[in-house]
Amino acid sequence: MPYFLLKRAATFLATLVAASILIFLVLEILPGNPARVILGPDAPESAVEALAHKLGADRPPLDRYLDWIGGLLEGDLGTSYAYGTPVGEIVGERLAVSLPLAILAMALTAALALSAGVFAAARHDTAGDFGVMALSQLGIAVPSFWLAILLILFFAVELRWVSAGGFPGWSAGFWTAIKALILPAVALAAVQAAILARITRSAVLEVSREDFVRTARAKGLSKGKTLRRHVLRNAMIPIVTVMGLQFANLIAGAIVVENVFYLPGLGRLMFQSIANRDIAVIRDVVMLLAGMVVLVNFAVDLLYAAIDPRLRAEDA
Amino acid sequence: MTDLAPSLTRRPLAHASLVVGGVLTLLLLLAAALSLVWTPWPVYELDIPNKLQLPSTAHWFGTDSLGRDVLSELLAGARTSIIVGVIAVGIGVILGTALGLLAAARRGWLEELVMRFSDFAFAFPAILSAIMLSALLGPGIVTSIVAIGIFNVPIFARLTRAQAKAVWAREFTLAARAAGKGSFRITLEHVLPNILSVIVVQSTIQFATAILAEAALSYLGLGTQPPQPSWGRMLNEAQLQLLQAPRLAIFPGLAIALSVLGLNLLGDGLRDLLDPRLARRR
Repeated sequence: MPYFLLKRAATFLATLVAASILIFLVLEILPGNPARVILGPDAPESAVEALAHKLGADRPPLDRYLDWIGGLLEGDLGTSYAYGTPVGEIVGERLAVSLPLAILAMALTAALALSAGVFAAARHDTAGDFGVMALSQLGIAVPSFWLAILLILFFAVELRWVSAGGFPGWSAGFWTAIKALILPAVALAAVQAAILARITRSAVLEVSREDFVRTARAKGLSKGKTLRRHVLRNAMIPIVTVMGLQFANLIAGAIVVENVFYLPGLGRLMFQSIANRDIAVIRDVVMLLAGMVVLVNFAVDLLYAAIDPRLRAEDA
Repeated sequence: MTDLAPSLTRRPLAHASLVVGGVLTLLLLLAAALSLVWTPWPVYELDIPNKLQLPSTAHWFGTDSLGRDVLSELLAGARTSIIVGVIAVGIGVILGTALGLLAAARRGWLEELVMRFSDFAFAFPAILSAIMLSALLGPGIVTSIVAIGIFNVPIFARLTRAQAKAVWAREFTLAARAAGKGSFRITLEHVLPNILSVIVVQSTIQFATAILAEAALSYLGLGTQPPQPSWGRMLNEAQLQLLQAPRLAIFPGLAIALSVLGLNLLGDGLRDLLDPRLARRR
């Protein structure tokens, strides 16, 4: 067990370090002087030099990289050029929107996909199975941001049940805030659930054909109990794997969907930062998002071992 | 006999996927090809007095907020989707397959390196790469092609490595090795031809993903820039007219969804046709 943990932790850390180097190279070194990028090609040299000095961009690259990493470890993410406030503060505010949105979307994805997948598997080769598969094929094809626009069109413009976008903030009350996140979460979850439902269906079908399932049924265990106790637990490995991979898609989708609904989350912040050429914010948010993807996949690796002890044994 | 019955009943379904997918993909290709020689109205021509026209015999799908013919934009948008899809998937296929083949043939630290690179690349979804590249190169079609291409590399690398390793374990590669052939020749003559069908199937599916990613990037303003037509950008502009002309948000979205659906169905159908073992397992 410790060897397994150690190996996974080493890969996790190495990936984080490699990601940080790549992000630093692409955003801080390759474009040349970050001050020139911020001020544009027509800015006078004196202004560029002054800003470069203020940002510390005139120091050697290695010092800047180590400073950035040191700051990240201490929770100091630097200062936003456009907002003039600490990046950590801005990111914290935006995370209060993006994180609940991601959790809500993932929960919806899991609930929709598991029930649809198990439903289809239990009715294998019937109209119900065919219907779920056709619906999931459609779900995969629909871009989340188009679904978001259609949801706005129907629920905000036609029915006027919710506002077309924006976020009232958590201070407006828990339910008011959640209400603003429901449509974006549905738009994000629909596509992911379509993919996961297909995986769930295949996994449940695969396990249902195993001998131990037949034995459980032969011993008189009901269909429902066999499904819960034997089939689902064994089908969880591919399902959890895909859920881990989907987290990256969810983050990518959230960047777009937040922009459709004008939600003040990390996706919108990043988009605004590109317009503002606010390199420090882009650098830190990209690092944060990439770090979250790596962390979730690391957690999935650990979860495998919890679900299937054979994987621990293989590694030892 | 028992095995044959379900495969026969599922065969028509596999063919239905192939036919529907093939027809939708063909329509996409035809739309793109047609836009090269003809569109109902000039794609770039603005006609402000005739803006936001409802569908009519003159403008089948109506006009947008700048008076441009929506059908003409849709046709030309298909061209953009295909250009981005072909080049981005091409980057993924060429680099990813080469890395995967190398990893399977060489094994050892090189294989480990390729696999760790793939793990690492998964941390950057196409949109994150595009955001970084936009900061570096500025937004544009090249940015989206490179970002989507980079995203495709680890997908093909992993797939190729896994498939190639299985071929390397077969007797005929052992025989080729015993006959004195080197790794490079065995890879070209035996491994690659045996995994080609899997790569073709995956390319179709990645093509669909590339169309989705291109649309998303263009919607955000990071991809195709005006006046170049793009379905994603059409949706972005349509959102501003949601109250006056909701139909503008329908057509480009339908075009994206039908193209992606077509390519996914084509991929599924091809997989079932080329690898009946998978069809039986599904």
